Amino acid sequence: MNAPMTAAALAAKDFKSDYKPVWCPGCGDYSVLSAITKALATLGLRPENVAVVSGIGCSSRIPAYTTCYGFHGVHGRALPAATGLKAARPDLTVLVASGDGDGYSIGGNHFLHACRRNVDLTYIVMDNHVYGMTKGQPSPTTEPDWSSKLAPGGTGLREFHPLVIALASGANYIARGFSGDPNGCAALIAEAVRHPGFSFVEILSPCVTFRPEQREWKQAVRPSPVEPTEDPARAARRLMTDDGFNIGVLFKGIRPAFSGAAAQATHAVADLEAGFSL
Amino acid sequence: MTSTTPARTEQSYEYSEFMARAYAIELEAAERYAQFAEQMDEHNNRAVAALFRKLSGFEALHAQRILQEMAWPSVPALTPAYAWESAEAPETAPFDSLHYLMQPWHALEIALRCELQAQKYFESIAAGDAPPSVRQAARELAQEEAEHAALIREWMSKVPQPAEGWDEDPDPPRMSE
Repeated sequence: MNAPMTAAALAAKDFKSDYKPVWCPGCGDYSVLSAITKALATLGLRPENVAVVSGIGCSSRIPAYTTCYGFHGVHGRALPAATGLKAARPDLTVLVASGDGDGYSIGGNHFLHACRRNVDLTYIVMDNHVYGMTKGQPSPTTEPDWSSKLAPGGTGLREFHPLVIALASGANYIARGFSGDPNGCAALIAEAVRHPGFSFVEILSPCVTFRPEQREWKQAVRPSPVEPTEDPARAARRLMTDDGFNIGVLFKGIRPAFSGAAAQATHAVADLEAGFSL
Repeated sequence: MTSTTPARTEQSYEYSEFMARAYAIELEAAERYAQFAEQMDEHNNRAVAALFRKLSGFEALHAQRILQEMAWPSVPALTPAYAWESAEAPETAPFDSLHYLMQPWHALEIALRCELQAQKYFESIAAGDAPPSVRQAARELAQEEAEHAALIREWMSKVPQPAEGWDEDPDPPRMSE
């Protein structure tokens, strides 16, 4: 993260824009928005020093609801846009917002390589195991036996395991939160921003419209019984017995964040622009 | 909280810790109801939005009264003492309580549950082994929550109970299963 400014500290409400969210009432994403604004206030940041980048989907509406710089990008392409931004403007704190469809399916490949590159980003994925915005198609994290009109009898496909993938691909901070605990999510996000390198925070965020049964998640989630580790092998062993409902920080790596691109640039922007012709 | 006993004017550390919790309870409740009001506004459920806004105002008033009584230079950070067991404060309505077709009675039902949870929390502190000034304050706060619950019950008796099928929408946002 960039250094906090010395001006008067801002409150969470100072990071909320005048645009009111249009999510379904009861959607978990409201809590995630609240957690993000609380985290930014806790970190003593200012909106002009933060950028929120997103792709497409319910969760990706978040940039408009903050007073930070925002970029509502192309489906699945939030991470490349955010990577470019951070490489060009390392002084900005860059948060990336996504969902399980945008982040793990359409943007799945970018997820792997963002973990691998370890650029200093905080990637927040609101996982509700369904494509909500497009009316309930199964997503990569949907259970194989979840039956709906669009997938009668379920897909029969094994779920994607985001934390396992993140660890195997090199993410430097891995945590899971639950939107029913916005204060806990805020703490995870603040810690993720402080931690150097690529930080991945998966937040279980129920879709009350297409997956109303996810209201039961509040009974299923529990604080992780173990402390975070910096040892990837130990983290991997813990994930072998993870049922997807352990909340907290799993892994805090010690790999240095990628920071070379800007220093290696040899062309001025004007030179690059001259190379383009319409 | 209208009276101030001699023990409480001492402003012991433990008392301040507890009152910081009480303040957080009221503030979180106010914020959540305000969020609910915005959500209902966006979905054009104006009657319920107005009700949540009113409830938010009440909770904000309670928070303000605690601030006035304590006269903290700045609100102290919460310590582990007097922590509640749930992830959110006992008077905070669960974020997923809403339905876009809900009616005022449902909103009051949510508020009633929250008041009762807060009452239970304060009663547990009053019955515990906290210092006398804390237990006294907890007793008073529990009594206040009980009074609020009674008021909400009275309010509920004056609004129509939802008819069966209140959540049926002839043009639903979701596909039928």
